[in-house]
Amino acid sequence: MESLEALVAHIQGLSGSPEEVAHLHSLLKQADFDSLRAHAATLVPFLAQLSPETHSLGYLYLLEACATSAANLTDFGGGDFLVTVADFLTKCSADQIRLAPDKFLNVCRVLKDQVMQLNMPIRGIAPLRAAVRKIQASPEQLTPVHGDYLLLCLLAKQYKAGLSVLEDDIFDVDQPKDLFLYCYYGGMIYIGLKKFPKALELLHNAVTAPMSSLNAITVEAYKKYILVSLIQNGQVPSFPKYTSATAQRNLKNQVQIYIDLSTSYANGRYTDLETFVHSNAAIFQSHNNLGLVKQVLSSMYKRNIQRLTQTYLTLSLEDIARSVQLDTPRDAEMHVLRMIEDGEIHATINQKDGMVSFHEDPEQYKSVDMVDHIDSSIQRLTALSKKLASIDGNMSCDPAYLMKTGRDRGRFDYDDFDTVPHKYF
Amino acid sequence: MDVEGEVPAAAAAAVANGLGSGGEEASPAPVSAEQLDVEAYAAQYSGRTRLARLLFVADRCGVEPMQLEALRMAYDEIKRGEDVQLHRDVAARIKGRLGPRYGLDQAWVDNVSRRADQRKEKLENELNGYRTNLIKESIRMGYNDIGDFFYAHGQLSDAFKSYIRTRDYCTTSKHIVQMCMNVILVSIELGQFAHVSNYVNKAEQTPDSLDPIIVAKLRAAAGLAYLETKKYKLAARKFVDTGIELGNNYSEVIAPQDVAVYGALCALASFDRSDLKSKVIDNINFRNFLELVPEVRELVNDFYASRYGSCLGHLEKLKPNLLLDIHLREHVETLYMDIRHKAIIQYTLPFISVDLNTMATAFKTSVSMLEKELAALITDNKIQARIDSHNKILYARHADQRNATFQRVLQTGNDFERDVKSMLLRANLLKYDYNQRNGPRKM
Repeated sequence: MESLEALVAHIQGLSGSPEEVAHLHSLLKQADFDSLRAHAATLVPFLAQLSPETHSLGYLYLLEACATSAANLTDFGGGDFLVTVADFLTKCSADQIRLAPDKFLNVCRVLKDQVMQLNMPIRGIAPLRAAVRKIQASPEQLTPVHGDYLLLCLLAKQYKAGLSVLEDDIFDVDQPKDLFLYCYYGGMIYIGLKKFPKALELLHNAVTAPMSSLNAITVEAYKKYILVSLIQNGQVPSFPKYTSATAQRNLKNQVQIYIDLSTSYANGRYTDLETFVHSNAAIFQSHNNLGLVKQVLSSMYKRNIQRLTQTYLTLSLEDIARSVQLDTPRDAEMHVLRMIEDGEIHATINQKDGMVSFHEDPEQYKSVDMVDHIDSSIQRLTALSKKLASIDGNMSCDPAYLMKTGRDRGRFDYDDFDTVPHKYF
Repeated sequence: MDVEGEVPAAAAAAVANGLGSGGEEASPAPVSAEQLDVEAYAAQYSGRTRLARLLFVADRCGVEPMQLEALRMAYDEIKRGEDVQLHRDVAARIKGRLGPRYGLDQAWVDNVSRRADQRKEKLENELNGYRTNLIKESIRMGYNDIGDFFYAHGQLSDAFKSYIRTRDYCTTSKHIVQMCMNVILVSIELGQFAHVSNYVNKAEQTPDSLDPIIVAKLRAAAGLAYLETKKYKLAARKFVDTGIELGNNYSEVIAPQDVAVYGALCALASFDRSDLKSKVIDNINFRNFLELVPEVRELVNDFYASRYGSCLGHLEKLKPNLLLDIHLREHVETLYMDIRHKAIIQYTLPFISVDLNTMATAFKTSVSMLEKELAALITDNKIQARIDSHNKILYARHADQRNATFQRVLQTGNDFERDVKSMLLRANLLKYDYNQRNGPRKM
């Protein structure tokens, strides 16, 4: 058994070229089982001898061993340990730590648990954001750190911070739980920012992901999906056909009260919806969804007012109040005003006569900004199409796929071998 | 022609013999259901449908003298026939309100029942005899007789079965047509309009050319079937194609006045303007029917000439009587609503802007009611216009194609992007056989 001093010396000596690091990795793995675990309590002073940047791998092993022993955490007095870990996460070398992802993820988790225990989620945001970037092989990859990071953003109410991760589209997923948490927390962050279409997209992914048995995250995601759909579109779409059979069969039974809410919403009577919400407020509260439910309630006014713009050129505030079931013309004025300010309708209020004139959408689609917007959409879509085409190409060359379709297609003709196979599929 | 509705009861029977005799539809300005002359109405029909209609009127009119009048006529009519069950039924409904003469006549019941039993036995014996001898024509006649017998005694489903059985023994087209007509008659009374359509088709497919009267009867029956299944446009087509030969020949099902009313209402509710002109107004054949019911003819012409106020006025006047019609009652509200909507849509169509005050006068309604109706039609996307509620003017809306296209393109782009992304994600998940396994981490 090597002493810790020798190990530290190895770490200091073997952190240069990739070959050396690989050798060090095997040494560390060996040491991990005996000496590191056994001497976990005494490791803290050695950390000071190593630099997080150059000796990342060794530092990681020592840090992880420290972190797993509860005694150390209290020794650090909470604050110091967090600083050390945060410092390491921001400075470490990505190449080295990717050799031991398990250890790295452990460290991240300990950091998250610590900041949550101390009730200071905001302290974990910057280190974990760095951690996400370090451990990701590509921006399309989803890591377990994603979920933790988004959770901290939510708890700290730093929704904007969450966007930096959410704006990358993810395609590579390892563990299902990571995806569900990512979609659920991501959806909540977008809800917090009132970007409902984006929120819908993420929650939709959580609901329609393949699954063989129902999980609690999906159920919660579906509840929010119903509410956000009502706020955004006024109706809940039925499951698309690619939704897993499990979800299609069981999900609705789990969220009956939300289904009832959407039925009540579809009837279009504000008072009915209001009574429904009031009588079930306690349940929604216990699901932590009361705030969203209230937004659903007020979105009904908006929807009804928007419908009026389709029908009328001018309408008195009294008539508006009557047709959307508001109590006074004053309330109607406030609602209309807010909607004009939010750009949801185009209208002017004539306070003298108490009249509202609705206008057509003034957008003429010929401003520079609009052209830029359209252009960027086109760029994005072409890129996406290319990606789609390349995946399609890969798929056509996939041996398993060829086996399956080839069997249905019958014998190959000699002509087929002359050209690219996928043209024929 | 305009006074028949008010003809006294005594004269009604005489007038009813001629084609020109008006039904309830022709009565001038019937404000309430009381105006319906039951006797004149009943005279248009014969057979069981007269009974059915009388009882229907008695059930729905809600006015006691009229109800009793209808029941009295039904009672007399039943006494001439052999339907014991119906007799008991009507006697129970009268509840002695018409004096002792209109009570339950037990002696008559017993007498008829006894005779019926004997006759039934005789017919069945005869039929059995024919069947052992395998004489096709006689078997057919036997079944037909039994069918007639059941029909007369009100056992409709048995009658239906007997008539259907004759089918296997039909040898000529004429037999087939006869069988179809019998089945149609019973099915209409049973309310099974799917059978009606089937057998109309069957009858029309016989190879020999049909008698014009039969053709007209089949058209009318098909029209009824479509009407009951709420296919108003098809019903209108059938009714306007019904030949004038129908006359009073089909009084056991439908009167020519009915053809005019049903046809006109369905046509107004479902035809567009050019169809209305070519198939209804310029249709010499159907014009003959319309002549029977001048009110309806006027309202069709009013509608076409855009005199909507008078058209809707006529309709309102007709309504109480139409609600007493056994076939139309269910559909009056829907048809009226459709006609009204069509009228409103047609009124707004040629204008860029319409003054709601003028329009409200034209439709004999208040501005605020009209505004509501218009709002509903605009919401349903039936009128392309917007209401200036302040100045009470309706402006036609000309959609800006360019803006709409831009909007749609951007929307489609966004949808595509979203769908493809989530599709790729799902495809990747499936590719790595992800499906909630709890295997070791790869990274």
